Amino acid sequence: MSAVTAATRPAPTDATAMTWLADTWQMIWRNLLHIRRTPELLLDVTLSPIMFVLLFNFVFGGAISVRGQGGSSGEYINFLMAGIFVQTIAFAGIYTGVLLANDLKSGMIDRFRSLPMAQSSVLTGRTLTDVLRATLAIAIMWIVGMLVGFRPSGGVVGSAAAIGVMLLFGFALSWVGVAMGALVRTPEALQGIIFAAVFPLTFVSSAFVPTQSMPGWLAWFADRQPMTLVTNTVRSFTLQGDPGPTAIPAILWSLGVLAVCFPLGLWLYGRRTTQ
Amino acid sequence: MTRPGSGSPTDPIMIQARGLEKHFGETHALRGIDLEVPEGRILAVLGPNGAGKTTAVRILTTLTHADAGEANVAGFDVRHHPAEVRARIGVTGQFAALDELLTGRENLEMIGRLYHLPAADARRRAGELLARFDMEEAANRTVKTYSGGMRRRLDLAGSLVAEPPILFLDEPTTGLDPRGRLGMWQLISELVADGTTLLLTTQYLEEADRLADEIAVMDHGKVIARGTANELKARIGGERLVITVARPEQLQTATGVLSRIAGDPQLDEPARQVSVAVAGGDGILTRAVRDLDAAGVAVDDAGVHRPTLDDVFLVLTGQHPDAEIQAEADAVAREREQVRA
Ligand SMILES: Nc1ncnc2c1ncn2[C@@H]1O[C@H](COP(=O)(O)OP(=O)(O)OP(=O)(O)O)[C@@H](O)[C@H]1O
Ligand SMILES: [Mg+2]
Repeated sequence: MSAVTAATRPAPTDATAMTWLADTWQMIWRNLLHIRRTPELLLDVTLSPIMFVLLFNFVFGGAISVRGQGGSSGEYINFLMAGIFVQTIAFAGIYTGVLLANDLKSGMIDRFRSLPMAQSSVLTGRTLTDVLRATLAIAIMWIVGMLVGFRPSGGVVGSAAAIGVMLLFGFALSWVGVAMGALVRTPEALQGIIFAAVFPLTFVSSAFVPTQSMPGWLAWFADRQPMTLVTNTVRSFTLQGDPGPTAIPAILWSLGVLAVCFPLGLWLYGRRTTQ
Repeated sequence: MTRPGSGSPTDPIMIQARGLEKHFGETHALRGIDLEVPEGRILAVLGPNGAGKTTAVRILTTLTHADAGEANVAGFDVRHHPAEVRARIGVTGQFAALDELLTGRENLEMIGRLYHLPAADARRRAGELLARFDMEEAANRTVKTYSGGMRRRLDLAGSLVAEPPILFLDEPTTGLDPRGRLGMWQLISELVADGTTLLLTTQYLEEADRLADEIAVMDHGKVIARGTANELKARIGGERLVITVARPEQLQTATGVLSRIAGDPQLDEPARQVSVAVAGGDGILTRAVRDLDAAGVAVDDAGVHRPTLDDVFLVLTGQHPDAEIQAEADAVAREREQVRA
């Protein structure tokens, strides 16, 4: 019993771009099957945003002055929609981490790790599925918004640009979610963290009220944080059809978060699954 | 079990581990494990709970990194060439690695696609395996609705999708009822008949005896003995003649009779048994019974007892394997005898 042998059958195709794409597609398909079998997985991108549009519009709409930022009709709903969009996208993005943490608890990850697939496709499949979830959320909110008076006077091009900016932001945040999901021990823990971190950020931003109404120090912070930058860009695109002054910083923020959290997420996931 | 044609001394080593060590915090799960499985052979890693069996399998299948030592599978280092290794192995872990929300068929098709089989091949292969594992009825139900035995079978099917030349099965029959265990043994025997190299772990001594060419006994992160089932049995001495007498007061007389046939009888009073080591010779049982009869001893039971792997384990580790496991193994043994009869 001496010589150690190599292969008794042909070597596998290396993890090329093609296999990575195919594996990612398999992972997206699996996630879509999950959604089909448990439709309640979609509540956070269907029911919740509808509730938020209606509640904010009818409860706060009469009390909040939007100081000329209400688009053609000057109504609060025109101001509100960008904020609701970005809030929903932000939650849905980070929620990726909860879905990943759930997956990490199941035995399936071990199966994937014993297969000659592109291991990163588990993560890219996850985050790209969540882009689809976000798209669904935007579509639903858009329709509900229009029913209660939202008039995107920025036109088709402006609207499309707004959606692009939102989805990029959501995609970046879903990699924040991946990194967090790979770090936490339980999905429940992450849910708590999301609540504690994302809620304050959406409220201390231009999402629901103009920042000028805040005390000076708070407005200073609110005006500079990414949630405001993205919200203002979406608002400008949907209502005026132009990018406004915040578009470039907003996009740079998303790309920056991606540049950090994409490799970080892959690394943390690899570390977590080889323990 | 030795298959014809297997076991030539020049067979290449398909699974090899040298000095594997693994810590989990304070726990020293593996303390330097060496394993070797030549092509086409079956190694059973036998050990009680916590021996380190799963840890060893996880390292060999690229799921975990060892702290020290090295491992090669199909000639590739598991640490540095995991993709090469993964393309050549099938793994059925101790706990089912299945997607609960997918159907049995979807699970197998997805695994096929992730081995990069074309869609049509993945579909055909899933169909074949479902038929072979007798799961066609449940094929289109979600795994959530499966029983433990069905999950185990589907999980095994999953590791066979790409017809891997090397297979790892971590406790493939744990949790199965006696019938399920028999079915699994049958499946495994068929699988390896075509030359698959197999490493399986088990807590069932009988399972190792029945399936494996070679056995490695593990305890507390170490291999404490290795060899064929027969070699291990030989280590604790040969066969014993065991006589159970009908009346306890005749035990002394029986001891006297047996001491004339072979040396140094041992008494087990509560069991009304006396036993003596015998060096073989077919006539010995007949002669003992005849002499006992002549001495007026009423004999309840008489037989030649071959050491079981339980005895091996007792001698090697100084403790009985879990009594519950033992009872279960015995039940399986009885069932098997019935099926054979
Ligand atoms: N992820 C882990 N974290 C901490 N300790 C672990 C981990 N995995 C295994 N151990 C410990 O390592 C030791 C060996 O465990 P292992 O699972 O390899 O045993 P085993 O032989 O497979 O046992 P069983 O028959 O119960 O499956 C045990 O003491 C176990 O508690
Ligand atoms: Mg185990």
